[in-house]
Amino acid sequence: MSNSGNVGIVIVSHSAKIAEGAADMVRQMVGNAVPLAWTGGDPEGGLGTNVAGILEAIELAWSPAGVAILVDLGGAETNSEMAVEMLPEERRARVVVCNAPVVEGAVIAATESSGGSPLSAVQRSAEEFYA
Amino acid sequence: MHDVNASRASKTYPHLTASAVLVNPVGLHARPSVKLTQCAKGFAARIELALAPEGPWTDAKSPVKVMRVKAPQGATLHFRVSGSDGEAALAAMLALVHDGFGEA
Repeated sequence: MSNSGNVGIVIVSHSAKIAEGAADMVRQMVGNAVPLAWTGGDPEGGLGTNVAGILEAIELAWSPAGVAILVDLGGAETNSEMAVEMLPEERRARVVVCNAPVVEGAVIAATESSGGSPLSAVQRSAEEFYA
Repeated sequence: MHDVNASRASKTYPHLTASAVLVNPVGLHARPSVKLTQCAKGFAARIELALAPEGPWTDAKSPVKVMRVKAPQGATLHFRVSGSDGEAALAAMLALVHDGFGEA
């Protein structure tokens, strides 16, 4: 795919609807130039996040340029960090969890990525929301 | 690496300026901001925008900063550009504003 060189974006929310909706916003506002995946909810369909789902999303959005993860609250962050720990060592350094609001951060990170920016710039741009 | 090139370019190339009135109904909200920064990133030139000819200037390649400008419909957007592809960049920015970011 032509977009595979850009930094991938993963959206992790406690709510599958929020994660899917945020991904919709990214697709409609930024386009298809970035690898994108989302995960949300626990395996039973309730609210929550799980490490397996996050690992799957990282795999789906994987890019040689790396992956930026946007999370909402508490468990989304700790489970994402756990998922990163479980990645093969050569991939671990190319995945970051951004300190940014999940919806806005996802759109901005994807915008930055769509211009071909490296992972550090994608993270910096998303984190500008709290700067 | 891009930043280094941009600052070097700004020493060599003069600033080009132009302005255009925002015609799309919601002004420079989220979606147009994304389009503008995506377009700006396609050029090597340093591209800045402002609501007044004397600034303050905002980096047109930063989606967060562009959204913070909160330029409403009817506002005049001023552009300041410098770089080897500055003329093309300026033309592309003006074209985007003139056609309301494709949503007017």
